[in-house]
Amino acid sequence: MQTFSGVGVAPGRVLGPVRQMPKPVQEPRGNVNIPADVTVESQGQRIKDAAKAVQAELRARAATASGEGKEVLEATAMMAADPMLVKSAIRLLSPAAPGGARTAERAVWEAAATVAESLKALGGYMAERVADVLDVRARIVSELRGLPAPGIPASDVPFILAAEDLAPADTATLDPAKVIALITSSGGPQSHTAILARALGLPAIVAAPGVDGIADGMEVYLDGAAGTVTVDPGEDLRLAAKAWANQASTLAAFSGSNVMADGFRVPLLANVGTGADAVKAAEAGAEGVGLLRTEFCFLDRDDEPTVEEQIAAYGAVFAAFPGKKVVVRTLDAGADKPLPFLTNADEPNPALGVRGYRTDLTSPGVLERQLEAIAAAEAVNQAEVWVMAPMISTADEAAHFASLCAAAGLRTPGVMVEVPSAALTAATVLREVSFASLGTNDLTQYAMAADRQLGPLATLNDPWQPAVLQLVKLTADGAAAASAASGTAKPVGVCGEAAADPALAVVLVGLGVATLSMSARALAAVSTVLATVTMAQAQQLAAVALAASSASAARQAVRAQLPILDELGL
Amino acid sequence: MSERTATIASRVGLHARPAAIFAEAAGELDLEVTIAREGEPADDAMDAASILSLMSLGAEHGDVVVLRAEGAGADEALDKLVKILETDHDAE
Repeated sequence: MQTFSGVGVAPGRVLGPVRQMPKPVQEPRGNVNIPADVTVESQGQRIKDAAKAVQAELRARAATASGEGKEVLEATAMMAADPMLVKSAIRLLSPAAPGGARTAERAVWEAAATVAESLKALGGYMAERVADVLDVRARIVSELRGLPAPGIPASDVPFILAAEDLAPADTATLDPAKVIALITSSGGPQSHTAILARALGLPAIVAAPGVDGIADGMEVYLDGAAGTVTVDPGEDLRLAAKAWANQASTLAAFSGSNVMADGFRVPLLANVGTGADAVKAAEAGAEGVGLLRTEFCFLDRDDEPTVEEQIAAYGAVFAAFPGKKVVVRTLDAGADKPLPFLTNADEPNPALGVRGYRTDLTSPGVLERQLEAIAAAEAVNQAEVWVMAPMISTADEAAHFASLCAAAGLRTPGVMVEVPSAALTAATVLREVSFASLGTNDLTQYAMAADRQLGPLATLNDPWQPAVLQLVKLTADGAAAASAASGTAKPVGVCGEAAADPALAVVLVGLGVATLSMSARALAAVSTVLATVTMAQAQQLAAVALAASSASAARQAVRAQLPILDELGL
Repeated sequence: MSERTATIASRVGLHARPAAIFAEAAGELDLEVTIAREGEPADDAMDAASILSLMSLGAEHGDVVVLRAEGAGADEALDKLVKILETDHDAE
């Protein structure tokens, strides 16, 4: 029995065979000597055969897919054996080609690169197809090398996906009916793998060195709360997985009204990106939307969406929550979410660059048009719309945002607290606006000066860090002072991934947080745990966490006093 | 050498689904069919069966293109392909 440990990012106890994500395809070397017995004809035939084989595999996958996925697979299948691509690769095999003869792998690589370049130069829709061309290239080169195709492995049976880390593009092709859990050797608690796992409700462990070396097909047991992976598990662990499967169904339902043990109400809201997300969140019982990520309407765009397009996108979300609160975050572009018409790709330090609200400095007008669209969508729906700006650092910025909201006719302006300066000056920042929402992912990254995506910094990048909890407390205290001074309530919510951790949710409430917003999947677990504690207990646990010497000490001390977490496998 | 001109009817231009339908039809023929923008030299014409060529041609709605083919049945084949280009597949 071999055990690996990492950072558990989504709870669950499951058992299943491991399938390894193939390593990214390495660029074939150029300028290699071609042996005399390797003919252009034989290599040309290899390229044709490989292209045909890739095309057949993609067509077979398209046959079982549906909707948009099917169309994408069909189009990619056509590209795989495209006569122009195959012919230009074959031309590069010849000793007469500029630069001399290439291997079949290298010829395909360069021919596809040329096609990709020309599509990129055309911009717009064509430029978006570059990723498809590069995907086809990786598949043909893997086929030529006799290696498994890149991307999530196809399988007839459900499996646990192991990888070094997952990229956002992999997440689009992940089939939750086949993948039952995720384990990665790299990545941190805020990595794309972690965010995806929580959104899909898949148990997951990141930053567990060695798991990318587990042999394909090996059966493992995984405990997403404990962060452990056990190869060749014994009978006790099999029973634990069975017990989890039985009680997971009771944890799956949220009543739609979160009440603590002493009757204290802490509304649980959902984080959504689209109208479809919002419908699902409403079905899951969410008491509103605590974070509408409007950039989903803007991603994959070369130009700004029209006001009409935006009204339709926001209206679809508002329509799912009539009479309920929907907190809209204005465009949060930059850093890991670049947008060609707003952000500069050449910044040396994008996390500290012109991102979030700051893009209003370099591209004035985009924010005003977005606020206009939000107001127009609000006018034709029944949702109670609140609006907040991401990456606010100062009270002046908050005041400027509030004036833009007022000009657009939006009544409830707020700020995201992600930059430590906003947390430290919360009392003055909150004087200018009606509410604040803590973005714990970025707040942690900035407080600890640790990049969210880096596996080696996973321990620093932990919202349980006492320094981060201090900033949460300062924000809640500052908001309370501003409330008292103005005579109107200025609530503070949390909409980062921290709110989805049931133990941390208790601490956040104890620190003075009024609402929690999370992936709809996490609502039931968080509500189940909050129902077992009183506000006085939550405040006591918050004090315990604040006084801890490290993130892991804080987590352990709090969990030790919440035995329900272990009982439920959370 | 047979030659036909056609005006792109699809509102999205000659890419996405319209391009796939056209490339597939051109690929099923026993002839080599080329496509070029009107006024461009025949030497620069591209393989009509290649979806990547069609996409890099970047023909938009209303653009005029020239199809060329040689050999038995070329006229009938080109007439069929013109019909595909002059149909708005998005309207279906």
